[in-house]
Amino acid sequence: MKTKFKVDKHILIPKHSKLSDSQKEKLLEKYNISMNELPRILKTDAAISSLEPKPNDIIKIARKSPTAGEAFFYRVVVDV
Amino acid sequence: MDNIFAEYEDKLPVKIIEDIKNNIPKGIAQNKLRKILELVLEEYENAKVHPGEAVGLVSAESIGEPGTQMTLNTFHFAGVAEMNVTLGLPRIIEILDGRETPDTPAMEIYLKAPYSGGKDIREFALSLKETKLSNIADEFSISLINSEIEIKLNKEKMKAHSLTTPKVAAIIAKQIKGLNIRESEELIILKSRAKEESLNEIYKAKEKIKDVHIKGVKGISQVLPIKRNDEYVIITSGSNLADVIQLEGVDPYRTTTNNIIEVQQVLGIEAARQLIINEVFKVIENQGFNVDIRHIMLVADTMCVSGKVKGITRYGVVSEKASALARASFETPIKHIINAALIGEIDQLESVVENVMLNQAVPIGTGIPQLIANFKKK
Repeated sequence: MKTKFKVDKHILIPKHSKLSDSQKEKLLEKYNISMNELPRILKTDAAISSLEPKPNDIIKIARKSPTAGEAFFYRVVVDV
Repeated sequence: MDNIFAEYEDKLPVKIIEDIKNNIPKGIAQNKLRKILELVLEEYENAKVHPGEAVGLVSAESIGEPGTQMTLNTFHFAGVAEMNVTLGLPRIIEILDGRETPDTPAMEIYLKAPYSGGKDIREFALSLKETKLSNIADEFSISLINSEIEIKLNKEKMKAHSLTTPKVAAIIAKQIKGLNIRESEELIILKSRAKEESLNEIYKAKEKIKDVHIKGVKGISQVLPIKRNDEYVIITSGSNLADVIQLEGVDPYRTTTNNIIEVQQVLGIEAARQLIINEVFKVIENQGFNVDIRHIMLVADTMCVSGKVKGITRYGVVSEKASALARASFETPIKHIINAALIGEIDQLESVVENVMLNQAVPIGTGIPQLIANFKKK
């Protein structure tokens, strides 16, 4: 009766991807911020379970925006 | 040519770059294209919100102003099935408060073929509807002499759900432990295995048994199949996203609910943010107002920064403010001031409200730049 549900295909969920260490540094430098100034995402968040997130990873989110077409947003992974 | 566009990818939004790509004449000279992009970039930079602009205040006014004119009533669908949906101001308040469950939870269930084409649509919809034991039983009674609970089942209702007495008995046995179950024709008799039960306990057990889940999806109390753009969609009242998306025949990738907290748990914080925007915008549009979506996006972002949906209440986003005076200015001031005094909190006076309280220049717009003295060491 049960079917496998791939969470990232749902229409409400934008694409999530994990940044590499060098991309991370670049990002923080570009906006001149530190990690704890970024918005957060829980480690247990349903949308990133396939990315095997660890605390302090940065998740890049490609949102479909009605005003900008595609807008990138970043969240840092936190424990609970 | 693509390499010129690539240079601007970081600086301009995707949509603008696409617009330029679609509108430039073919075979345009490189220097002209560069000039166009340069001018667009300049305009774009000018159109950006300036540093220090009080965007939150503008959003608050933009959403609050039409809010004064919204309906205060729950709206009823005329005709078919008694389905209400909370709309207007109560719904907006509900969303922005980040309530655990909405007043009228509802789902939109999209289906896969062949159900989406209307095959067996009624049966499929009915199979989703939750059936409790009290829905198929006529009578629950307690026999005082034997301290037993008697359940009289309704034959016709059972038939409609294609159930039989042994089946129902088996379901009860599975869900409630510690009972001896006897059955006959339309009667199920339950007796606790524990010796000497008080009447009070039996009465409690009876109430519990009434709610035993027999069939369908938990929490779905009403179903209504409707046709929308050449396909059938099931609208429900009551919501259980986690279970419904697992069902066969349901298109899990388009099925949604209006319960934001539930979406956050099942689909994650970004989906919840998107749902907040959709739901608030839907209400505002429905009432015939026109609010720029950017204001709603700002509110939704604020609610979702911490990775969990937090309402705009004293327990939600306001409790995370760094300044004790700012928290006190929202609600329950005395509580906040006493607590801050108890732990010796220091207020850095970095934000707006606390500076208004102290009659100082607020850090907004031209209030942001400050002098920094560079003392030379002698």
